[in-house]
Amino acid sequence: MTVMNLAQAITDALDIALATDPRVLVMGEDVGRTGGVFRLTNGLQATHGAERVVDMPVAESGIVGTAFGLAVAGMRPVVEIQFMGFSYPAYDQIVSHVGRIRHRSRHRFTAPMVIRMPYGGGIGAAEHHSESTEALYAHTPGLKVVVPSTPYDAKGLLLAAIEDPDPVVFLEPIRLYRAVKEDVAGGHFVVPIGRARLERTGNDVTLVAYGSMVRDARRAADALAEEGISVEVIDLRSLVPLDTETLIGSVRKTGRAVVIHEAHRTAGFGAEVVARIQEEALYSLLAPVQRVTGWDTIFPLKRTEEYYLPGVDRILQAARRTLEG
Amino acid sequence: MLQILTPDGELLADPPMDIDLTKRLFLAMVAARQYDRKATSIQKQGRLATYAPFEGQEAAQIGSAAALRPDDWMVPTYRDAAAMWMQGYPWTHLLLTRMGDERGGSPPEGVAVLPPSITVGAHMLHAVGLAWAARLQGSDRIAITYFGDGATSEGDFHEAMNFAGVFRTGTVFICQNNQYAISLARHQQTASETIAEKAAGYGVPGVLVDGNDLFAMYQATSEAVVRARDGRGATLIEALTYRLGPHTTSDDPTRYRDAAEVETWRAKDPLDRIRKYLAAESAWDEEWEARAATGAHDEIDRAVEEAEALTPLAPEEIFESMFAEMTPELAEQQQRLLASRRDQA
Repeated sequence: MTVMNLAQAITDALDIALATDPRVLVMGEDVGRTGGVFRLTNGLQATHGAERVVDMPVAESGIVGTAFGLAVAGMRPVVEIQFMGFSYPAYDQIVSHVGRIRHRSRHRFTAPMVIRMPYGGGIGAAEHHSESTEALYAHTPGLKVVVPSTPYDAKGLLLAAIEDPDPVVFLEPIRLYRAVKEDVAGGHFVVPIGRARLERTGNDVTLVAYGSMVRDARRAADALAEEGISVEVIDLRSLVPLDTETLIGSVRKTGRAVVIHEAHRTAGFGAEVVARIQEEALYSLLAPVQRVTGWDTIFPLKRTEEYYLPGVDRILQAARRTLEG
Repeated sequence: MLQILTPDGELLADPPMDIDLTKRLFLAMVAARQYDRKATSIQKQGRLATYAPFEGQEAAQIGSAAALRPDDWMVPTYRDAAAMWMQGYPWTHLLLTRMGDERGGSPPEGVAVLPPSITVGAHMLHAVGLAWAARLQGSDRIAITYFGDGATSEGDFHEAMNFAGVFRTGTVFICQNNQYAISLARHQQTASETIAEKAAGYGVPGVLVDGNDLFAMYQATSEAVVRARDGRGATLIEALTYRLGPHTTSDDPTRYRDAAEVETWRAKDPLDRIRKYLAAESAWDEEWEARAATGAHDEIDRAVEEAEALTPLAPEEIFESMFAEMTPELAEQQQRLLASRRDQA
């Protein structure tokens, strides 16, 4: 066991994958000599060589398209996109080829690859650096989409993603990179993709969150606990596939749900979560399901970022609305 | 422009192959034309969805594909059936791709040809990755990719050429400049004089080749393949050719080009000049060609029958090729579709 933050856990997972599987490559802009803009690949090129940890020219479509070819040929590329907002030039490769090849060749060709993307705001970053458009990827057939919120999950999910026979979009909450530390097992382990984590159990209301919002959900749960309200917090961890069973089981028990994400509201992933709740747990509901989300605005810059991000207060307000009903 | 055999069948340099190989590749062009015409004709009968004919481009495709080893990767487009067939992709599978059946994208094991790319441009990068992987795997396999003049306007052409240059991947880029991207003429596509010269910007050699000259295509591609296999990097070959037919069976080329222009290119037919050459070498006679054409025709007929006899995928099967292991969402949707069809029945 080692105490690690989320960033260190990701570095550890990449290091293990490179050391144990000769098919694994880490490729992206500035991932080699400087160790990545967030230093997540720090030291990997020195350890594993420039052939395996590759500094790529600045062209996201090129990086993903080339990684696709590598994957089809039997390699296991792990691509780093510097920020989610820079993934859009690669979106055509992802939707038109990466997510499609297994189907359009009836399993004959596959593209097992991981596309890592730091996402989300809260650090006052420059424009395009705080995007949270995971719904684009969750809506794209043929991709798995995972979002860890803890160091342990980050390591285990990343190793699972690298070993997965299908392409995985791996979202990393920028705000949590160095904000949380915990004991993480050394060596190799995986956290299976497609299973939510029960962050805490409770009986009165379910808070559903993922990535950076899990921490805010936990803080809101603490505050509500002081008022004697028993809160269940679900960390989805995987958007595709979604662990509907855990979600529905919880909402049937509590009868109340608040779905939280920092992505835009309309057609955000929360809408999918709410749809599944109403399909399978409508008659258990004691109040309308609430959404706490970012707005349908451009993600604001530093000075106004706080207007946009959900935050503990808005989660508390939403939870109380479900309890008033 | 590299030209070895003129449209009149006159040799300007030594041919890069012996008479036997010339005859074999000539018959391959004859077979490919049979396929192209058969596909066009059954499309008109509604037995194929849209079809993209390649008549006029046989030498560009067959001359280049003949320079490959059977295990070399090929990343083609929807107009490259002749090249794909040369590399082992069965006629049946090619027909299935045009019948709207995903199984067409699944060639037999050992055929290193990706299903034809429908999007224009993105696939060139895949040939960079495939060739790069070969090097990492200690193999001397190379990757060839085909695209048209229109695709060179896509950003991914630039990215693929740039990456191939930077990483010195064993990629052979074959641009079949057939003069039109649907209706847009070549001079409206780019202000550069040739497409081949674009290669200079990437530190990659670019070669302008008479794409209707089987010998020139074979020679230029063979040189590029050797370069790629030896680890000396990529090559861009611009095959100057002409699409004699429409962009697809849904296109009406009379809207954007003159009949006279088509006729000048018909005079440069890639089959004609090899026919003239072989005849001059006393290696061609009409009956020999006719017999081969009939043989190819029958083989393609059998492929059509085989493709048409294949029962369409069952409803549940569309869910089964999304992931190695079906997700709960897809399993649930599969049950919904089956239940809905039971209710309708």
